[in-house]
Amino acid sequence: MDSRISEVAGQAPPRSRTPLASTVNDALKIVIVGGFGVGKTTMVRAVSEIRPLSTEETMTGAGIGIDDTGGVREKSTTTVAFDFGRISLNEQKVLYLFGAPGQQRFWFLWDRLFAGTLGAVVLVDTRRVADSWYAIDRLEHHGMPFVVARNNFDEPEHTLPQLREALSLSDDVPLVDCDARHRASSKSVLIALVNHLYALSTAQETSP
Amino acid sequence: MIREAIDGENPDRLYTVTGGRSRADENAFDLVTLIVSESDPTPGMQSEHAAILRMCRSPVAVVEVAAELKLPVSVVKILLCDLLDTGRIAARHPSASVGRTPLPHPEILKQVLVGLKNL
Repeated sequence: MDSRISEVAGQAPPRSRTPLASTVNDALKIVIVGGFGVGKTTMVRAVSEIRPLSTEETMTGAGIGIDDTGGVREKSTTTVAFDFGRISLNEQKVLYLFGAPGQQRFWFLWDRLFAGTLGAVVLVDTRRVADSWYAIDRLEHHGMPFVVARNNFDEPEHTLPQLREALSLSDDVPLVDCDARHRASSKSVLIALVNHLYALSTAQETSP
Repeated sequence: MIREAIDGENPDRLYTVTGGRSRADENAFDLVTLIVSESDPTPGMQSEHAAILRMCRSPVAVVEVAAELKLPVSVVKILLCDLLDTGRIAARHPSASVGRTPLPHPEILKQVLVGLKNL
């Protein structure tokens, strides 16, 4: 081991990364989709065994749209950035959680980044329900199973059935409440998703 | 291939680290393909390659490599292609590969459930 790290290329010394077990040989993906400031990174942080990291994928010219920042936060970039964290499931499997922006240009990268994803969580901010319509439409288009989670920063104004109607969400898509700041609550959202996937998968296995 | 010294402050860094190449084989690596070093860095090796070999002594996903190196995923894939081609890394690909049935097998989902409940 180096006692003194002198990285070239101006890199910061390695942080205290939590390494994966050497036996891990299969990584799975779940994507959390939602508008700006809805709490995607908060949810990743609540359950991840590492501090959320962020990276980006560069866009080619096609599909670069205009962000609807709606006064939430100023963001303008020609790349798609996303956050992620991870959960070691057992000695072989690790689950990666991605927080992905739901804006238009992101969906051009869906196949490149998120092919093979188990399923998705659509995180909804009730003050900005319209942000979620597009994400739900795109997930359906990609045939990606998902659940919808309402992130309650405050006491919700509407009931879940009212929200289901506002989202035009079909009855077979689970809709749950959560507080993305809390580990137990975020964990229950992920469990709701995997239970949903399990039901779909067993139905598929038993059907002729 | 010509290995050039990398100046981290160079605004053309992305161009330089990849030797001007802009695309790797898109299918060679998934975002969560796990990379494991098969050898140690050698003197004179391009610094990003050496950093990857040091980082991946235990398995590291492609996306984590990108975050650590502060490089876009597509650029990191090009660097990883170099290392894979020369046998310096091994790649453990995700079992949920593209183009398979859209839903994972119930057995895999069961393992995910157990793992999540243990959180």
